[in-house]
Formats: sequence, C-alpha cells, structure tokens
Amino acid sequence: MKNIDSYTHLRGESVYLDDIPMTNGTLFCAVFDSPIAHGKIKLLDTAEATTMAGVVRIFTAADIPGENQIGGIIPDEELLANTHVHFCGMPIALVVATSDEAARAAIKKIKVEIDPLPIITDPREAKGKGELIIPPRTFQLGDTTNAWSKCDYILEGQTETNGQEHLYIETQGAYAVPQENGAFRIYSSTQGPTAVQRTVARVLNLPMNQVEVDTTRLGGGFGGKEDQATTWAVLCALASYHLKKPVKYSLHRMEDMRMTGKRHPYSSDFKIGLSKELKILAYEATFYQNAGAAADLSPAVMERTLFHCNNTYFIPNVKATAFCCRTNLPPNTAFRGFGGPQGMFVIEAAITKAADALNIPASEIQQKNLLQTGDEFPYGQIADSEANECWNKADEQFNIKELQKGVDEFNASNKNHKKGLAIMPICFGISFTKTLMNQARSLVHVYTDGSVAVSTGAVEMGQGVNTKMLQVAASVFSIDPSKIKINTTNTYRIANTSPSAASATADLNGIATEIACTTILQRLKEVAAEELKTELSSVEIKNERIYIDGKATDWDWNKLVMAAYVKRISLSELAHYTPPGIHFDATKEKGHPFAYHVYGTSITTVTVDCIRGIYEVDAVKVVHDFGKSMNTMIDIGQCEGGIVQGIGWMTMEEIIYDKEGKLRSNALSTYKVPDIYSVPKEITIQSLTTEKNNLAIFRSKAVGEPPLMYGIGAYFALRNAVKAFNPTTVIPFDAPMTPEKVLMSLYPNT
Amino acid sequence: MLQFILNDKTIATDNPSGMTMLDFIRYHQHLMGTKIGCREGDCGACTVLVGEIVDDKLVYESMTSCLLPIANANGKHIVTIEGINFPDTLNPIQLAMADEGATQCGFCTPGFVVSLAGFCLSNKSENAIAAVDGNICRCTGYKSIERAANKIAAIVKEKKEADAISFVTKHKILPEYFSEIKERLMSLKNVAAPIHHSPLTTHLIAGGTDLYVQKQEEMVYADSRYVFDHPELNSIIKEGNKCILGSSVTVSDLMASPIFNEAFPLFQQYAKLISSTPIRNMATIAGNFINASPIGDFTIFFLALDAQLILSDGKIKRELPLRKLYKGYKDLDKRKEEHIEQIWFELPDKNSYFNFEKVSKRTHLDIASVNTAIHLRMNGEAIKEASLSAGGVGPVPMFLKKTSEFLIGKKVNDKIIEEIITIMQSEISPISDARGTAAYKTLLLGQLIKSHFINISKESHESHQ
Repeated sequence: MKNIDSYTHLRGESVYLDDIPMTNGTLFCAVFDSPIAHGKIKLLDTAEATTMAGVVRIFTAADIPGENQIGGIIPDEELLANTHVHFCGMPIALVVATSDEAARAAIKKIKVEIDPLPIITDPREAKGKGELIIPPRTFQLGDTTNAWSKCDYILEGQTETNGQEHLYIETQGAYAVPQENGAFRIYSSTQGPTAVQRTVARVLNLPMNQVEVDTTRLGGGFGGKEDQATTWAVLCALASYHLKKPVKYSLHRMEDMRMTGKRHPYSSDFKIGLSKELKILAYEATFYQNAGAAADLSPAVMERTLFHCNNTYFIPNVKATAFCCRTNLPPNTAFRGFGGPQGMFVIEAAITKAADALNIPASEIQQKNLLQTGDEFPYGQIADSEANECWNKADEQFNIKELQKGVDEFNASNKNHKKGLAIMPICFGISFTKTLMNQARSLVHVYTDGSVAVSTGAVEMGQGVNTKMLQVAASVFSIDPSKIKINTTNTYRIANTSPSAASATADLNGIATEIACTTILQRLKEVAAEELKTELSSVEIKNERIYIDGKATDWDWNKLVMAAYVKRISLSELAHYTPPGIHFDATKEKGHPFAYHVYGTSITTVTVDCIRGIYEVDAVKVVHDFGKSMNTMIDIGQCEGGIVQGIGWMTMEEIIYDKEGKLRSNALSTYKVPDIYSVPKEITIQSLTTEKNNLAIFRSKAVGEPPLMYGIGAYFALRNAVKAFNPTTVIPFDAPMTPEKVLMSLYPNT
Repeated sequence: MLQFILNDKTIATDNPSGMTMLDFIRYHQHLMGTKIGCREGDCGACTVLVGEIVDDKLVYESMTSCLLPIANANGKHIVTIEGINFPDTLNPIQLAMADEGATQCGFCTPGFVVSLAGFCLSNKSENAIAAVDGNICRCTGYKSIERAANKIAAIVKEKKEADAISFVTKHKILPEYFSEIKERLMSLKNVAAPIHHSPLTTHLIAGGTDLYVQKQEEMVYADSRYVFDHPELNSIIKEGNKCILGSSVTVSDLMASPIFNEAFPLFQQYAKLISSTPIRNMATIAGNFINASPIGDFTIFFLALDAQLILSDGKIKRELPLRKLYKGYKDLDKRKEEHIEQIWFELPDKNSYFNFEKVSKRTHLDIASVNTAIHLRMNGEAIKEASLSAGGVGPVPMFLKKTSEFLIGKKVNDKIIEEIITIMQSEISPISDARGTAAYKTLLLGQLIKSHFINISKESHESHQ
C-alpha cells in the first residue's frame, strides 16, 4: 500500500504548521538569543526595539506566570534566560509584532551586556572540571580485569564522532490560539504533543486539561522535534496568554540551526582483547558525551550508547562507562539512533584497530563474534539473534569474497583511484529504554455510515505511521482502506502519549489500534450472530461482507454497523497497550529492556579519487531483518533514507563550533547534507523475513532507526580505500571522513 | 504595476518589486504548496518555473522563488505546484513519484515535482535526475526519487524534436492551459510597463542569487534597477577570436552557448560542479565577479582567461582587466555608480589547454574549499603563455602571477610540477574556516594543480591518437 499522504504531498496540498490558515489578529514572534556561550546578564535593553513599528510587546523571564522551566528529564533548562546564559542561541527575550518581518527587525535593536564566564566546548574538559549532568553509569558483564590476562592481543585507542544537524526541511514552529476560559489550542510541529502540553501547563501555571495540542504532520523530525519543539510552542503560548491573541512562530533556518541541539558528539576510549582464534574476550569503553548546556534527553541518549556498546557481537567480558558532560553548546538531543550509533562506532573502531594490527580484514573478527541466540547482552537480556542469519544471507546474496576480490583487483590496476569495502553488521534494541514510556492508546470510532476514524498518539513525520495505522484497522475490520481516516494527533483525543520516537511508534500505537478494532469487531460479530441467529464462532467478516460458516450472507459491513447502533451497542473503543515482559533495574543496570532486537548486515564499497581526496559511494548492499514487513514500500524507504542519513553523518555533514561556542556551520551553505548526486550509486536491500512471535505489530519489526547505522560502513570503507593508496598512513578514528580528512590521510607528510 | 501570469491567473500587483516571489505566492496569493526550507537557494523546496518568450519560443526554467524578486517575473509565466495539478488526479510525474514511494514527509516534494515538470517542459529528454540537482530531500535517500525520475524520463523520451508544450499538454502531463500561455504572454508584454526606479539609484539587481541571500529584508524595499531581463545585456557573441558577454548572461546561458561548448569541450562538466540548475538559471557571471568572494567559481574560471571588463557609470566607460578588479577582501577597483556592462576575453585556440578544478565538501551544490583554473598556450611541447588562478587561498580570487610566469618556456614534467607547487605556496595565504584548514587548502591546491596537468596530458594524448 502506498503512503496514504502521497496524493496530497505530491499536489502540495498537505498541511504543515506554516500552512494552517491563520485566525484574524494573529501576531508573530521572534526570539532574541544569546550571542555569548556563557555569562551573566548585566543589562538587557529592549527600549529601542519596543518603539519599532509593529512591535506589540517584548517578553522576558519576568513575564512567566508559572515555572521558567522546560527541562523534561531534569529541570535544568530555563525557557528564557533569567540571570545567566549557558549557550550561544539560548533564548533571552521574545518579540511579538504584527508581522514576521517587524518581529525580526526589532530583534536587531535589542542590546544585551553579558559578563563572560569560562566557555567549555569539549566533553573531556567538562568531565575534568566535574561538569556532569548525571553521575556516570557503567554496564558490566563478566570481569574485564581478569580477562585481559587471557587475551593474546590487546589494543587501545580513542575515537571521535561529530554531531549531526537534523535538517528536517520544515523548520521548527508553533501556533497558539487562545480559547475561552483561558484555555489554549496549540498547533505544534512536534514529535511529542504531550511534552508540549505538559510544559505549556508548567510554564503558564495551568492544568494540563486547558492545553490542547494538535499535530497534523511534520516536515521531518528525526528526533529533532522530540523535545526541542517544545520551546517554540511554549513561547507562543506565553505571548498568547498575555496578549489574548493568536501567536505564531515559524523559525527561519538560521535561527533553527543556531538555537537547537543536534546529535551528540562523542569522544571515547576503547580497549579490546582477543584470543588467537579472534574471539573478542574483553572490551572496555569510556564514552564522553557532549551533552551541551542542559540535560534535555542526554541521560537517555547516553544510556542507549551503553546498551549498544557491543553492537551485534557477543563479548563475555565488558565494562562500559559513560559520562554525560555539560558544555556550553546548545543542549544536544535525540537523533535517529539516539546514542546507539555513537556506541557502535567505537566497537567497530576497536575491531578495525585489531584487524589492522593483525593485518587481516575486520570482517574476520566481526563474523567470528556475532551474537548467537542465547548469548547475553551486557545489560542482562538474552539475545534472540538473527545476526548470523543476516550475515550469511548477505554472503549468499552478494558474495563478500568476490566483492573484496573486485576491490583488490581494481586497486592493483589503478594508481590514482582506490576502492574500499567494509561490512557493517548491526543490532538495535526496540522499546523506549525508560520502561514506563512503553504505553500507547488508540481511539477508534465507527460511524453509522460505516466509515471509521482512528486517533492515536503517533505523529506522522514521513515514516508512514499513519499508513500503517490505517492498514491495521483495515485488516482487523476487513474493510476497504478508503473507509478509514486517521485523525490528527491531539492531546484532547489521546492523553498522556509517549513521543513518536525509539522506532516503536507503529508497534505501540498499532497494537493499541489492533486491540480497539478487535474489541469493536467482537461486538459487531455478536450483533451479527444475534441478528442472523447463529453461533458467534461461525461469524466472519471478510471484505465488508458477513459470512456464516464460510458462506456469504446478504449482510454487509454498513448494514451490520447500523444494526449495532440501533441495538445501542458501542461503536467506539479506546484501547490501551503496553508490551509485556520488559523491565530494567537501573540500580543493577540489568534487565530485559527491549521487546526485541532488529539485526542486519550491510556491505559498503567506495571509490576514492586519490589526487583530489574526493570520493563516491559505489554501493550499499544490505540484508535487513524486517520480521514480516507490513508495508514493503514504506520499510524500504525507511532503510534507504536511514542509510543515506547515516552516510551523511559519517562523510560530509560536519558541525563546526568555534572555541567561543558559536556555530560556524550555521546555514545550508556551510552545512552540507547529501544531495542526489552524492548518494550511493546502488542501494540493494534484501529482506531477512522471519515470522517469529515477536512483540511487533503484525510481526513487522520496527524500521525507523536501525538502518541509519549501516551508514557507519561508509566511514570504514573510506578508511580502507585510503589505506590501499597509502598503507603506512595513520588515520585517527575521527568521523566524519570529510574530503579534507581523506586528503590529509592520503598525504600525511605534507 | 507588475504584470505576470501565475499558473493560469493573470496578476497585476502593486507590491514592492523587490518582494520575493516566495512571499508573494505564499502570503499574498495563499498558495501554500511552495515551501520554505532555507531562503538561500540551497534546498529547492520553493522551486517554481519561470516561462518567458525567447526568440518567439516559450521556454521554461526552474528557479528558487526565495531569491526571485517579483520584478524579475514581469511579463512572464510563473508556475507553482498548484499550476501543474489536474483537478482530481495525479499527473504522470506525480504518479511516478507515488508509485515509487518517492515522498515521505512530503515537505520537499512539491519542489521536486516542479523541477521535474521543468524537465518535461525543457528541450532535454534524457537525464531527469539533473533537473532535481537543486532539490534536497532529508527522508528518502533519493533512490526512490531516482527511480521516479527515470520513469518520467522514459515517458518524455518520446518527445524528441516535438514542441515540449504541445507534447506535455497532449499527453496530459501538464494541464491544457499551458498551450495558451504563449499567446497570453504576448498580449501581456504589450502592457507591461518598465519597473520604476529613481534615476540616481546605483543599486543593480540581476539574478538576485547573492543579494537575496545576504540581505533579503533590505532588498524588498530597496530602490533598485532590475537588469536581469534587458535583451542587450543577455548576449554571448563572438567577434573574431574575441568572445563578448553581456553582464546579465547567466551560467545556464553559457551552458547553452555553442561558442562556449566549442571553446571548452568539458564546459558541461565544469558547470555541473557549480551550484544547481535553478541557481545556474538565475546567477550571472558579472554578479559572480562583483560579489568578490575569494572562492567565486566563475571568477576563478575567467581569471585564467584574463577576462576584461567594460565598466560604465552611464556616461563614461572604461576597460579594466578582471585581474585588477580586486584590491583586497571585498574591496573593488570600482566606483559605486559603475557597473559591468560587458565582459570579453580571447577564446582558447587549438594550441591552448584549459582546465577548471573544484573541490568542496559536497561535490555538487556547494561552495568550493579550493578551486583553480589554468589556461596555457603552447609552442610545441613548451609553454608559451600561462595563466593559473586559484580561489579559497587568499582574501581575493587570485591570479597566481609568479607561478604563471614561471611556467613560461617550460616543458612540463613531474619535477616542474613540484617546483610550480613550491612557487604557488609562496603566493597564497589561506585561512582556516568552515571550508577547511589552511594546511588542507594548501595541500589541495597543489593536488589540483597536479590534476590540471594530468588532464592536460590526457587531452594531448587523446588528440594525438
């Protein structure tokens, strides 16, 4: 089934935040943000700005009726800086004007004097100074201390992975419209409508039932609108609260890039020990997470780094420690993979370092250590593994040896161009690692004309979740999809939602929808049994027709729905779902946090132009563990998109902050994401289809995040190509592998 | 009063001529299908088609509406996504994208559809992917878009020599009203009045691709002279061995010019490295010079050709070598009231070699880390005349004088190349910035100089076979 939004998308008729028809009298706002990364506000002068044409009012921290606090996990982030600023881009004041241009013009007239305080941009420096957002955490399996003596090879090293700008093409934005009796309706481009609702209530000192948050869809999220969409919605609500007018803010791209957090940069240390047989016996890693100036989601992101520190390998002795380091950068936040990719990069670097030292391909080590079913993860969960199945199928389908041979032959016969190949097997846990967030609700109404409306907590942001919800309802009811409408995500219809994140949205909301539909279906079948005077067990509904013992009757869906209504049977259901069996004890760092894992293997080949230091990705060939995909087109799309986004992170996307904490890569002209010419020439995705009884919706495994990590293969393939040109070069494990780093590695002595 | 046709509707507007087409479409016409992604021409979400009559033919080009002043639409046809929709069905472009799953969040989608419609309306019938080289998608990874673009190319293949507009209307690729646009524009042209500006203004706007990135808000109400559409400034002519360009000649004009393609056989390859289709449709060569970016691609290109500028203040004209235009960072040997009227240079001949190199973080649609061009005139195997230019390695786009002089009389071999690189390093002063460290830029320029000579030896090898 095609994405149900494709018709309006392709005609430009889909409605995003900035397309919502505005109410008369709507005002526009813009944020005045800190030009300094750390300091004490000495003077804030808004006098001239206030007199500018069109300016209605300028708000500061003093105007907040409730708590000046937007921190979700830890209350450590002010909405508007009161006495201190902690990062460049921290909101200080909010200008409200009669037009967008007037608000922005007034921003330029605000003056601030800030007494500077020391600026930290490096996570190791922050850790050294004790600037930790939460105490460090350590995951442990076996005993590494004793294991080292049993290792034949031990290698140590350091890695760096840079951040990543989400670059959703639709920037952040919100629109607050006051309702009677002091309530608000807020349109927000958010992955977490409940987070917006909760924070608006907190800042305005209102009960949550006064705040309706409505989200139709996002023009991309990728984690960037999980927590950080909240600020703009709360600011609009604050202005609307005081002015009793609708207030809108749709950020300009540079405002968005400057003021919002990104994927966390990490600096990490590793130590890996192997036996002669290439079994990894011990692994230690220390992660320094650059959290930025406030907690945001960093503690949870850091936790997932630990969960994925061993990637898809069984290692009997593991010790991984992570530090959540406070720096003077915008608070970094969720981004597809949520800390997992950063952890996985380090183990891959460790394996590569060992392979280099032993002068063997990394794949020999990778393959020998893949997780088997029954193996234990460092956090205590027992693997139900598809790692070997994916690897073996990839070898069968693509013939790894032949591919490597092709690369070697090319390299032997070409002087100025070299190819490189790398394999990237992945394993990603599905569930919110905060167990309580694994809950969802779905509200299904069947109307008397037979049409159906479904509301869930899922937010559509391109991942196709609405299409999947519709498929669930259509499949359970066995009715034509055209009879079903998926409603906007709205906190008045579905309360206390978890954000659309962690790849789990379709599972959680889908199963809730399945339960709701099944419950209504059961009632309808009872009605049919009664009306048609038969046993309940002999009633079946197929393609909108009622069957008794396999025989079609003259009753159809619409007639049955009306009959149920006449009999005063409820045609609505609100269902609640929470996956069974998941738990985690953070005091022991052990448990069973994930409903299941997703596996896969990718093979990436690249070609480097060794004169210019530029490169192309020739192919990414993948076997991916889809379970039993419920929508191949959507799932393949998630894979392709994830792979390219991962490659972007590993190659051309380079976040640059200067020592003063100012973002230098602050526009699309200085921050480059993949364009159509820079994507792999070939992406082939084969499915490992399994029908095991997992906790996924219709046994279709989650697909949002895992494919991003195939992109890591591009980094190691580039490294291998550079080494083919210059075997003695020492290449630091420092991603992204920009053309600059490639050229400098090709010619390290110049 | 500006007049143009927006989709199938004739528009007459008193809005400021400097307003962007993007704001006009979205906030004055309430056509919300055109999206705002970056307002600097780097994402393509706001792409529109601009149709005008050239040599009695209606031709369409894609442009980013965020950088397009409505003044530059005067007398033309502007097409947004709404203008290519059929009432109740998807057109074949949209259908191909739906069938291939080429839309996820959908925000970039209208831009892609409009660019592909531009491809269908163009005289090109092969590579549809080139038409979306200015469109960024963050969701799909582009493979589904490639598949859709290939399907569309297959449909359009039948177009061959046929008139594009009758082809797309006949095959119901685009709505019927397109077939009447030419006539409507011709009647419109007669009433379109020149855009008012004060006689004293020194503010010139051509394609807008720089000014609308740097200071969009200011441009809306600025007292500007719009020179993009002056026919006398749009010509590329050859007089003997001299090639003369009008100051409003765009990159796309050069790409379409037989003079250029003959003189520079690799010109299409060079141009592909420079910005994107919609930007190349708007950006002028003269604008690239005056912007004075140390990294301007065409500045580097023309520095190696020793291009000459005819500057005019409306009364007095003077000639200035491009090499003398730059006095310091963004400091020009040009009075405020002077503007470039013409650019001329000597075309390379059969004893010439020319090559252009550019490396950026992303190969396409990116600003160079370093770029360089070389132009040699040979006397047998020895170099008779040499011009080497380089960008990104100093405060101004540089003509490397010492290095160029050193080359004269030399026969190129590996040792000479090493010497050239040493001399080059004494001439440059790169700084570390978002485009790379100084050490990288120095190394890279040396590598690109090697590339020049590899390409030249390849070329001379081929020509001797």
